[in-house]
Amino acid sequence: MSIKIDGLTHTYNPGSPFETHALKNVTMEIESGEFIGLIGHTGSGKSTLIQHLNGLLKATSGSIWINSVEITKPGVKLKDIRKKVGLVFQYPEYQLFEETIEKDIAFGPTNLGLKEEEVRQRVKEAMEMVKLPYDELKDRSPFDLSGGQRRRVAIAGVLAMQPDILILDEPTASLDPRGRDEILEQIKLLHQQKKMTVILVSHSMEDIGRLVNRIIVMHQGTIAFSGTPREIFSQAEELESIGLGVPQISHLMKAMNRNGCQLPEDVFTVEEAKTIIMDYLRGKHHA
Amino acid sequence: MNKSPMISITDVTYEYTNVDDTDLIALDHVDLTIKKGEHLVIIGHNGSGKSTLAKQMNALLLPSSGVVKVADMDTRDPALLWSIRQTAGMVFQNPDNQIVATIVEEDVAFGPENLGIEPTEIMNRVTASLERVDMLQYRHKAPHLLSGGQKQRIAIAGVIAMKPDCIIFDEPTAMLDPSGRKEVINAMKLLNREEGITVVHITHFMEEAVGAHRVAVMEDGRLVMVGTPREVFTRVDELKKLGLDVPQMTELASELRKEGIDIPADVLTVEEMVTHLCQLKLMD
Repeated sequence: MSIKIDGLTHTYNPGSPFETHALKNVTMEIESGEFIGLIGHTGSGKSTLIQHLNGLLKATSGSIWINSVEITKPGVKLKDIRKKVGLVFQYPEYQLFEETIEKDIAFGPTNLGLKEEEVRQRVKEAMEMVKLPYDELKDRSPFDLSGGQRRRVAIAGVLAMQPDILILDEPTASLDPRGRDEILEQIKLLHQQKKMTVILVSHSMEDIGRLVNRIIVMHQGTIAFSGTPREIFSQAEELESIGLGVPQISHLMKAMNRNGCQLPEDVFTVEEAKTIIMDYLRGKHHA
Repeated sequence: MNKSPMISITDVTYEYTNVDDTDLIALDHVDLTIKKGEHLVIIGHNGSGKSTLAKQMNALLLPSSGVVKVADMDTRDPALLWSIRQTAGMVFQNPDNQIVATIVEEDVAFGPENLGIEPTEIMNRVTASLERVDMLQYRHKAPHLLSGGQKQRIAIAGVIAMKPDCIIFDEPTAMLDPSGRKEVINAMKLLNREEGITVVHITHFMEEAVGAHRVAVMEDGRLVMVGTPREVFTRVDELKKLGLDVPQMTELASELRKEGIDIPADVLTVEEMVTHLCQLKLMD
């Protein structure tokens, strides 16, 4: 399912002394099945942008198409859009409210008016997707779980809506390294197996670098860069000038080159760096 | 000069009863001594007991058995409670949960006011504390209009206005973006180096641990490793088994060593890695 954004502008508090232009004439396309990493400094417009994609915020001007439906037109049924575009907020576990995990995940699909059996099936599948054992956990309170598990329940609640596009706003914030890796691994599988279009908002350049097909960098309400992780991370100075970093490995390559080497700079995983350094030490790259 | 440790934790166990009536051991015979002026980082995954340990350090929790002393004060003595809390301040993860006033300077003044300090002295402390965290120009602003990193620095200023000897930071950067993280870490390092304040810092970001004096690793309520960052992070495989990260440069060094490259295992920073690689190249 594709997304097309054309000239999107969003102004908070228009006409007041607090007027803020959060998005300025943003135009972009996301193809069906892409895995996008959306990065930018706090206040760059990331969250404002994603809230437009399922109609939580209304554009001040400009249009958005989800597949061929223009969702910014008056009279569009937002319920249909929200079935297709699932949005996982920051700290989604704070939104859990039901007595049992099953009821919490079932809340969305039940409101779609689905039959009980269909709802149960969807809850089961959603829990399976986030690796929560259904039989063991369905009757437990979501508040008995650990932080990482609660977050998975919240994500399952969005997956049970069976969206075609999944948007996650910093899904790993405050998780420990193991919790982070588990959630990211599951998102990767959803993208690969279910062919979902995924937009991942993150501050971790390391995570973004190893997961996504394309990075979109936002700065002051506009799109500053868009490209593959390789293309984006080779522009360390530009990224740093807008308050972002590059993975440490990219820094290492740049530092080596300042010392007279000629190594590729568009590298960001330990694995790749190892291969390049081994080649370098064996004399394949000349100092 | 008083040579006694800042905090001494001796054979501390902490048990509590869960909602479903099962007894959980959050701390299991922990021994740890934190020296004055030290910068100690504690790592470990969620549920390993890090925060429980931190809360023992200013008497927010008391040991089920064993003894915690803060500047020689036993945390079990209720008469010492306020003195302990003034000696060891705490900064938490979520800046929004620890700001109490509607104006920055009033928020910073809240602690000293409760200590019954003279108003002029309070104003002096507020000014000095805000200056320390580079937030003086925001003194008349409303905290909710500030960024996460700025709010967290206000929380730190509120703690230093109490003139503590030690500050315990419980994942202070977990909710911040990269520039907010940098602001908070810089403020923390400055307080440690220039003011001699003892810093205990709990984090999941291994890069933040690189500059500490010592790193302690917790697992299942026990301390499983304590040592300098170099000593601890060289144990790449053990840390990974515990579900923890190591700094990327240390991981790279470990991978290169597995290929037979003669590089020290305790490389922590990009600069060190560059130096070692350049030396290796010169030697062939």
